[in-house]
Amino acid sequence: MAAAALKLDETFAALADPTRRAILKRLAAGEASVSELAEPFAMSQPAISKHLKVLERAGLISTGQDAQRRPRRLEPAALMVANDWLLEFRTLWQGRFEALDAVLDELKSTRDPAGE
Amino acid sequence: MGEPLKMMTPGDREILIERRFDAPREFVWRALVEPSLVRRWLLGPPGWSMPMCEIDLRVGGKMRFEWAHDDGRSMGLTSVIREIAPNERLVATEMFDEDWTGGETLVTQSLHDADGGTTLRTRILYASQAARDGAKMSGMTDGMEAGYRHLDGLLAELAA
Repeated sequence: MAAAALKLDETFAALADPTRRAILKRLAAGEASVSELAEPFAMSQPAISKHLKVLERAGLISTGQDAQRRPRRLEPAALMVANDWLLEFRTLWQGRFEALDAVLDELKSTRDPAGE
Repeated sequence: MGEPLKMMTPGDREILIERRFDAPREFVWRALVEPSLVRRWLLGPPGWSMPMCEIDLRVGGKMRFEWAHDDGRSMGLTSVIREIAPNERLVATEMFDEDWTGGETLVTQSLHDADGGTTLRTRILYASQAARDGAKMSGMTDGMEAGYRHLDGLLAELAA
């Protein structure tokens, strides 16, 4: 759990940036080189490279074999850990709040219509 | 179904949960502080119940929740109330017996009028960022099925 937790820190930090989320979405469609990734963002390649470094450190992407193109590709595992964590939390609270809805409905229905 | 739940991480150490309820603030407040009501909703997946629920509703007063599962598992939580503003705000420090959360958490529940109903905002402040990210929410969710694993869903969630 400790190792996964540590990684989750970096994963959430990496995911907090909209450009990096957009890069991940692009990579979800298939691997891409740095220049291909820079294109739609109107950003310099060094700026994109900085984002890629953050993503790679967080384990969210990796660099492919091709020495010339150095394509980046999505590493879904880190994302899955983050997703499971969020989902677990959300599912727990959704269930609780649905039960709370029922409690509140009951309070509403038992309220003296004359106003006590 | 119920209203949608919003989850946010506005700071490194915190989680914010927002949910609207179709009931006046006084009712939502009662459901937060009356043991006979709390024990009916502050549960986990099916199988969990709350045999012990005590709330000493004053600043410095303790709340004690104990859950039990049909299969024999149990867990407990002790809170100390830090602030009470009836129908508006309840602030408490919480500590699970098993310390799932990596230290004490500061939990602020606030009630806000929303379209004839009430929005309940729950802010959980963890001891550290590592505690938040590493925290198991509770032993209750062990084995809870992950229903979907879509990238878009996660990204939308984080962008919210």
